[in-house]
Amino acid sequence: MAVAIDVVQLETDVLVIGSGAAGMMAALEAGKEGAGVILADRSLIGRSGATIMAQMTVAVALGSQTPDGCEHHLADTLAAGRELCDASLAQLVCEEGPRDILQLDEWKVGWARNDDGSIRQALAPGHDRPRCVYVDFLSTGPAVAKTLRGRVLRQKEVTRIGDLYITDILVTGGVATGATGFSLADGRPVVLKAKAVVIATGGLTRLYQRNSASANMSGDGYALALRAGAELTDMEFVQFFPIGHLAPRLVGMDPIMWDPFRYKLGGRLLNAEMREFVNDYGNEEAGTYNVTRDRATFAILSEVKAGRGSPAGGAFLSFQHIPAETLRASFGPVIDRLAANGIDLTQMPIEVAPIAHYHMGGVKVDAQMRTSVPGLFSCGEANGGANGANRLSGNAITEAFVFGRIAGRTASLHARSAGNADAPVPAGALDLVSAVTPDGGEIHAGLIADLQQTMAVNVGPFRTEEGLRQALAAIADLKTRLGALPPGAPGPYNMARLDWFDLRTMLLVAEAVTRSALLRKESRGAHQRDDFPAMDPAFVLHHTVKLAGDDIVLGRAPVEGRTLCEVA
Amino acid sequence: MRETATLIVRRGHADEESRTSTYEVPYTPGQSVLDGLRFVRTNLDSTLSVRHSCINANTCKECMIIVDGKVDYACTARLEPREMVLEPLSNKAHLRDLVTEIAPPDERLEHALKSGLGKAVAGA
Ligand SMILES: Cc1cc2nc3c(=O)[nH]c(=O)nc-3n(C[C@H](O)[C@H](O)[C@H](O)COP(=O)(O)OP(=O)(O)OC[C@H]3O[C@@H](n4cnc5c(N)ncnc54)[C@H](O)[C@@H]3O)c2cc1C
Ligand code: FES
Repeated sequence: MAVAIDVVQLETDVLVIGSGAAGMMAALEAGKEGAGVILADRSLIGRSGATIMAQMTVAVALGSQTPDGCEHHLADTLAAGRELCDASLAQLVCEEGPRDILQLDEWKVGWARNDDGSIRQALAPGHDRPRCVYVDFLSTGPAVAKTLRGRVLRQKEVTRIGDLYITDILVTGGVATGATGFSLADGRPVVLKAKAVVIATGGLTRLYQRNSASANMSGDGYALALRAGAELTDMEFVQFFPIGHLAPRLVGMDPIMWDPFRYKLGGRLLNAEMREFVNDYGNEEAGTYNVTRDRATFAILSEVKAGRGSPAGGAFLSFQHIPAETLRASFGPVIDRLAANGIDLTQMPIEVAPIAHYHMGGVKVDAQMRTSVPGLFSCGEANGGANGANRLSGNAITEAFVFGRIAGRTASLHARSAGNADAPVPAGALDLVSAVTPDGGEIHAGLIADLQQTMAVNVGPFRTEEGLRQALAAIADLKTRLGALPPGAPGPYNMARLDWFDLRTMLLVAEAVTRSALLRKESRGAHQRDDFPAMDPAFVLHHTVKLAGDDIVLGRAPVEGRTLCEVA
Repeated sequence: MRETATLIVRRGHADEESRTSTYEVPYTPGQSVLDGLRFVRTNLDSTLSVRHSCINANTCKECMIIVDGKVDYACTARLEPREMVLEPLSNKAHLRDLVTEIAPPDERLEHALKSGLGKAVAGA
């Protein structure tokens, strides 16, 4: 029986896809410029991405307690990026960050204060001085998300639509003219016509078995951009967070929660012999926590490989040397939440391991957040380039603010002059979202788990040519099992169908990461090759990714702004 | 002996008759009900719908369901090695299985249509 399915058609000036910090900033700015905006999210508005989960700190050269300047922040950012930062993008983050942080302060986000009323700035790994603002206790992300959401609610030009899953960008004559997707609540296919489209979909860490991701971080923006004809850059650089929570099972807490504990109080990383080991790997960590993420990840995984890991396959993290009162003074209610999980830090170490946390690579943009496709813009973690081979802690939220604001502005200006309001919807654009097929019995959620396993084993922090080739073979096999059309029919909250779309995205993005990693025959920042353990000056370049038909095509691009890098 | 939890889950959507499915899932102390449901989705039956985003952090607040008669977050309610009855919220419009309509009314597609941004047309 043929089912008649309604199609929903919407029209706007600017379509923003994703409502994390970047998407909300973009929507606010475009609205301020007078553009009509649709802010769409596959889940709840402002509540479903990485932003709300970020518990810790935001890096910004305010100099509110220690003299600082954006040139110092930039120098640290470029050093962490291991020569691969696009310096003009990094510079934007450092120069314009203070403006947005102060704007958030004016909007009453509640940055922690010193006794004299100045904004408090904490020292975080990789920074040469206290530079990171935060909201107590571990509430930075929720406070940021709530504040921005409050502003978006008041911006009359912005229409918010949650539970709207975007599957593809519409491209007419090489220009982005909107997007297609479906409504999760009832399954109806949706066509959105827009004069400008902004990708703000966040990162890809759900590709990995152990991650700090939400279920919405499948790398959607990278796949959307690729299929629209845009270029990606630096896809091989996935940041692993060294001390993600591993055991015992801890619910109601973010797995990356131990970082602030460690740098506020100093926590001891121990191997199975209960011996500190981080300094065995050429680091000089003395009581505090100042080793960058790529190095700490290397140290922990090397211990595990040498057979000195903790029972669950990581390292021990101990706060047993810290008095109970100090723990409570620093983390208040968090101590009670730990107790509810049966964890008493004065009595026991917990187990930690590197988990996928952030993506340095992403959509290639210029300083106006333009992609290589006219009418298509990108911002936030979805972008690549600003962080090079390794991101400095605290830079991601700043980047989401700055890039979001700029993308919103550029998109609204573009919408004003764009003449594509009447562009026809390309034939076949709704084929996938309206497909009705027999359910083939494949458990796509299980295939996603298989992919996560493959990526963790073969495309994790340590890579080899052999492992990467195995991953490519596994990806190819999973692609065959995915098939050409989603299972079943459009309907209310059909998660089996959602899994199919997610797997489609994740396979494309996983392949982009793996192929880029295969090409980089050296070790740099977050990309470590066991078969090429040294950094090689010949690889001071970006790997770019495009689609030609269904095939991924890799390219090379020079690193921009190296002179700037040397000056700083 | 390996312990298991037995999840008795209300199934179906508006156009179907309501039924229950029963799943046996491995149990490790400290796990959440959502851990159990995600095990079901990846290993036993991916047609089971349960909305969730953050999984661990308890920040998205999307996973609210009824666990043994009491409203709770699936991601913080503890899995237990016994029979557990899981149902969708009763005071929200039911979409499918454990999923209810929880988006604020002015953040739904229907609201955008009412605001004149577009239309629903008979298609496909
Ligand atoms: C646990 C955790 C802790 C962190 N802590 C810090 C920290 O302390 N400091 C720091 O600087 N950074 C931190 N980061 C990184 C930082 O939070 C992110 O890089 C940043 O918030 C990304 O913002 P964004 O707006 O680009 O993306 P997100 O906030 O991830 O938002 C993306 C949105 O896009 C939506 N979306 C995705 N795909 C689609 C689609 N197909 N259709 C429609 N919508 C879609 C998602 O639902 C989501 O709401 C942390 C990250 C995590 C995961
Ligand atoms: S899954 Fe996010 S609150 Fe439960």
